[in-house]
Amino acid sequence: MPYYGWWLPANFSTHGAAIDRLIVVIHIFMAVLFIGWFTFFVYLLFRFRQRPGQTAQHHVHHFKLPTYLEVGVLVFEVILLVAFSFPIWNLYRQQPLDESKAMHVRVIAEQFAWNVQYPGRDRQFGRRDPKLVTPENPIGLDKDDPLAKDDITTINQLHVPVHTPVIVDLSSKDVIHSFSLPIMRVKQDVIPGQSIKVWFEATGVCDSEITCAQLCGLGHYRMKGYLTVETKEKFDSWYAEQEKEKAAS
Amino acid sequence: MTNHDHSHVAQTHDSGHGHKMPFWKKYIFSVDHKTIGVQYAVTSLIFLFFGFGLVSLMRWQLAYPGQPLPLIGGWFSDTAMIGGIMLPEFYNQLGAMHGTIMIFLGVVPLSVGAFGNYVLPLQIGAPDMAFPKLNMMSYWLYFIGGILMLASFFVPGGAAQSGWTSYPPLSVIASGGQTWWLIGMVFLINSSLLGSVNFITTVVQLRTKGMSFFRLPFFVWAQFVTSFLLLLAFPPLMAAGVLQLSDRLLGSSFFMPSGLVVNGAVSAVAGGGNAVLWQHLFWFLAHPEVYVLILPAMGIVSEVMACNTRKPLYGYKALVYSSIFLGFMSFIVWAHHMYLTGMGTTMSTFFQITTMIISIPSVVILTTLILSLWGASIRFTVPMMFALAFLPMFGIGGLTGLPLGLNAADIHLHDTYYVIGHFHYVVAPGTIFALFAGIYHWFPKVTGRKMNEALGKIHFYFSLIFMNGVFLPMLIMGLAGVSRRLYDPTQYAHALPTQPLNVFISISAWCLGLAQIPFIINFFGSIFKGKKVDDNPWQATTLEWSTPTPPPHGNFLKEPVVYRGPYEYSTPGQKHDFWPQSMKENN
Repeated sequence: MPYYGWWLPANFSTHGAAIDRLIVVIHIFMAVLFIGWFTFFVYLLFRFRQRPGQTAQHHVHHFKLPTYLEVGVLVFEVILLVAFSFPIWNLYRQQPLDESKAMHVRVIAEQFAWNVQYPGRDRQFGRRDPKLVTPENPIGLDKDDPLAKDDITTINQLHVPVHTPVIVDLSSKDVIHSFSLPIMRVKQDVIPGQSIKVWFEATGVCDSEITCAQLCGLGHYRMKGYLTVETKEKFDSWYAEQEKEKAAS
Repeated sequence: MTNHDHSHVAQTHDSGHGHKMPFWKKYIFSVDHKTIGVQYAVTSLIFLFFGFGLVSLMRWQLAYPGQPLPLIGGWFSDTAMIGGIMLPEFYNQLGAMHGTIMIFLGVVPLSVGAFGNYVLPLQIGAPDMAFPKLNMMSYWLYFIGGILMLASFFVPGGAAQSGWTSYPPLSVIASGGQTWWLIGMVFLINSSLLGSVNFITTVVQLRTKGMSFFRLPFFVWAQFVTSFLLLLAFPPLMAAGVLQLSDRLLGSSFFMPSGLVVNGAVSAVAGGGNAVLWQHLFWFLAHPEVYVLILPAMGIVSEVMACNTRKPLYGYKALVYSSIFLGFMSFIVWAHHMYLTGMGTTMSTFFQITTMIISIPSVVILTTLILSLWGASIRFTVPMMFALAFLPMFGIGGLTGLPLGLNAADIHLHDTYYVIGHFHYVVAPGTIFALFAGIYHWFPKVTGRKMNEALGKIHFYFSLIFMNGVFLPMLIMGLAGVSRRLYDPTQYAHALPTQPLNVFISISAWCLGLAQIPFIINFFGSIFKGKKVDDNPWQATTLEWSTPTPPPHGNFLKEPVVYRGPYEYSTPGQKHDFWPQSMKENN
């Protein structure tokens, strides 16, 4: 896979570039601070090592350096917050989206799989009920609900069209999971009893993974799903295939 | 406190515990703070090595997933390993218990229970802790808690396996060991609470004549602030632990929401609970706990540095105020562990700001300690080398906290190996190095003998190299997006390129284990064969060095009087380069 290595994975989302920029900026800052500070530290160890003629001073003059350093760090942290973290979080969490243009999808996590529910042509999700859960109907979709008639469900397969905002409505059947799409810079805890929305917009076609980032039991390590970002045409034909399969079953 | 009170305390001790105490009373059920300190030290060191052993097993699975563990693989029961191949449920037990044991049974009991107990009363000139029997009870509650934790490996279903964080609903539906974990935690929490009350009272009430607050060694300040953190942060976890026990045993659902479907069956719990509530209660303890892990370490480093630089600390008051501020702030940053729970913007903004603010006193403390080297005459003794190494290692730990504290960067790094690398830099090459510094530094006071320098240096250099070999690659893996707590990371395409790092980390970890052999030999060997030294072998100024060695019951031959601050090294006009706190005349 060309996307992955010993650094940040490739980024395929519209908001991801800003996150990457922040991570790079902080790491440069950390490196500068650490190297400067470590060099000074080693210099001190060398210069003030105990040796004949080296006597310790009881009084040393007051240093301005710490004050400058602390003010410098503080100013830099304010910049990190105001220029990077606040706006990115706002973009990522607040969803200033035209929801009518976005694709909606539900992801229902369970030990140890990702169930995906597409709302179908009516763009509305069918009703779910825990009592209706069976091995064939893992999300407990109410088949009698008219809204559920055209819903498509898949397991561990999330297909999305490229250049389209996707709103993922996350919920869990059992324990806490965490929905993570490393190459989309998306990670969100999935908490039973809550429904949490997260969104992303893919900037390119790719095949990637959904991973669970929160310990969810003995199968946590294999709670893997597949994310397929494809062109609108390909997505539509995939979706039509799913509809055909549903009609056949 | 008045002279009268003080002699009274000393007297009760003398009359109550003469020299003819039976063995069990003198060494096992002792109320002497020094014996209790040594008990804590030995027990917690054993737990540290045991906790390290657990992770050494995990490292095999991570480096060579699915391959049978050589040599010792056959020793484990079929519920742990089959044909030497580790099962995922056993891996999760090892992970949860490694965290629990290292933090609650290893590092905190060693830094607070052992060093605090042994050194603090000596440094303030007290004959013992304020409540000696409570002190003994603290130790035994800790001991019982530890036994329960160990025993939980043998109950059906094995030990707790929901992480040291025990997030419900997973922990509520988990197998039997989780109940033992919770009961064990109740013992450990009570132990810490009794300890903290004891420390606070001792510092406030039992300082000897002339020992004003600003003449306290920084180590005492660090322990004092730590005690407040323990006292105020643990009760919420205690409550949460009891609630989780109730969810597990009594069918309540404080943390269990409605409509759960577990293993295909609708869960029978009443529901209506909130899974995130646990996280708030847990992190309200667990973030201050980070400072419980780091403050005593800073205290030890300060003592060792002042003594081995032969000069006063630079900015003693800045250190004191920073640690108080750090302690206070540590109570309002907890939710930065929870940015991805679906938290609203206002909340996350608040916790980001407090998280950035708390970095400032840490920077002050680190800078102050480094500037203490200016104008020094540095003695590179073994304790000093560990104390010096603490500074850059804690520096890396602190710096790598920044990207995690900013929620936007945390989106990518949350729950990855970056987090593991970050907090281990703080606690392992950070705190544990400081603890080693403390052991080498105070060993001559406890035993009357010094530990061997050559073995100490071997221990130091190899530990330093392998610690970094373990934790530095984890930061790279985290940036690559590899999730933590994965039994088999090779399942993921994005984790595969970093798999060679896993092999490298594992080999480093096992070598780190081997690097502790010189320490173990040195520790036990020096008790009997170490070089005999006088009462003040490091030529230090603080009160613990003015007692006989080892200090007798009641500590001081006569009540010490303190005339000056704790770090009068190289004072102009003095004959020697150290001027003990209790020395009245010129030196």
